[in-house]
Amino acid sequence: MKPRPFDYVRPDTAEEAVALLADYGDDARVLAGGQSLVPMLNLRIVEAEALIDISRIAALDAIRDVGDRIEIGAAVTQNTLLAWPQLAKKLPLVAAALPHVGHFQTRNKGTVCGSIAHADPSSELPLALALLGGEVVLKSQRGTRVLAAKDFQKDMLTTARAGDELIAAVHFPVTSGSGVGFREVARRHGDFAIIAVAAVAEKKNAVRLGVGGMAGKPVVRQIRSDNAADAIAAWAGELEGYEDLHASAAMRRDLFRNLAPLVIEEAIRCAA
Amino acid sequence: MRRVNRNERVRIALTLNGRKLAAEAEPRTLLCDFLRHALGATGTHVGCEHGVCGACTVLVDGVATRSCLTLAVQAEGREVKTVESLAALDGTLNPLQQAFRDNHALQCGFCTPGILMSFTDYLSRNPRASEAEIRDVLSGHLCRCTGYAGIVAAVKDVTKSSP
Repeated sequence: MKPRPFDYVRPDTAEEAVALLADYGDDARVLAGGQSLVPMLNLRIVEAEALIDISRIAALDAIRDVGDRIEIGAAVTQNTLLAWPQLAKKLPLVAAALPHVGHFQTRNKGTVCGSIAHADPSSELPLALALLGGEVVLKSQRGTRVLAAKDFQKDMLTTARAGDELIAAVHFPVTSGSGVGFREVARRHGDFAIIAVAAVAEKKNAVRLGVGGMAGKPVVRQIRSDNAADAIAAWAGELEGYEDLHASAAMRRDLFRNLAPLVIEEAIRCAA
Repeated sequence: MRRVNRNERVRIALTLNGRKLAAEAEPRTLLCDFLRHALGATGTHVGCEHGVCGACTVLVDGVATRSCLTLAVQAEGREVKTVESLAALDGTLNPLQQAFRDNHALQCGFCTPGILMSFTDYLSRNPRASEAEIRDVLSGHLCRCTGYAGIVAAVKDVTKSSP
C-alpha cells in the first residue's frame, strides 16, 4: 500500500510543466489534487517514473468567465468551483453534479480537470462536460489543441491526451436559463455512481440527455421530450451496459430506464 | 522548481500544530507516514491508505485533506494541523471533542481523529450545519463501531451552541 519510487518535480509555471512533460513523456504523471492518482499509485495499479506536481502553479488555479464559456484551470479544486458564487447561475448542471463528486474531504484537493483527465466512465464531471459539449485545452511544446469532450474521452480511463501534453484547462459552455436535472445511484453518497443521468432542456420539446456508467465513456443524445419514454426504452436497449461487482448490465439498463424520465422531468420543470 | 530524485531523501520543513519542524523523506513518503514515523505525531491514524476510510484526515492550510493521498513533499512549507492540536495543553477537550465524549460518538476511537479534523474544517465554514450537511460530510468517513448516530448527535450539539 505504498507507492513505488518516483522522481518528484514541482514546476513553478505551466511552461516548465510542459517542458518536463516533453522530457518524460508517458513516463510521467501529472499530479494536481492526487485524489485519483495517489490511490492508484498506493495500490500499485499505476507506476510512474516521475510525478509533475502542478498544484502550486498560480496561473492554472483560476476560474475565468470568458463570455459564452467558463474556463477552469488545471489546479482548480472541485470545492473551489463549488464555492464559486456564479456557479448556480452560469453552470447549473455542474452545480447539481459537483456535490456528488467524491466527498467533502476529497473535493478539497481533487481538481475539476483531474477528474476529467482520469476519465472514469461513471464520473460526474466528464458526464457534465460531454452533455454540455465542453472542451479540453491541451498544451505541449508542439502547441495548444482544444478538443471537444466527445473527442477527448475515448473509453474507460482512456483519453486523447498525448504523453507530452498538459491538460491546462477545461471549458464548460454557459447554460444560464436552461433547465437541468441530475441524478445518480451509488452504493453510498459520494461513491462512484453505478449510473448517473443528466439532462439539459434547451429548446421546447427537446432535451439533451446524458448517461454515465453505461458504457466506457459518457454518452449523450438529443431526444424529444413528448416522446421521451419510447426514446429512453429504445436507447436503454442499445446501450448494453456492463457488469461489475455492484450491478449487472440488466440492472444498469433498468436504473437508466427509471432515472431518465425523472431527470428529464426535473430539467423541464426547472426550465419553466 | 523543486526536484527530488526517486531515491533521494530530502529535508521537508512544515509547520505542525504551530511548531516549525523538519525531517527527511523520500518523494514517495506519504504525509500520514511522515507525520507518524518522522515527526512522531501518532494521533493521525492510517486505515485504508487509498482515501476511502478518512481516518488519516488532517488539515493542510486549514483544509481537510486525506494525508494518505498527500505526499510529504507536497506539504512542504504548509501548515499542517492534526488531532493533537485540538485539546488545550492541560488536556481540556475542545467543544467538538467534549461533544463526542458526551454523545458516545466513539468506541474504539480509530476513526475519530480524522472525523474530528473534517468537522474542524467544515464547521469553520458552516458553523450552523444542518443534519443533512453533517451526514454528507460524515459520508467521507468509515466508522465500524458507532453506527454514526452518536457522531451526528455530537456534531449537532456543537452547531446548536454556535452563535
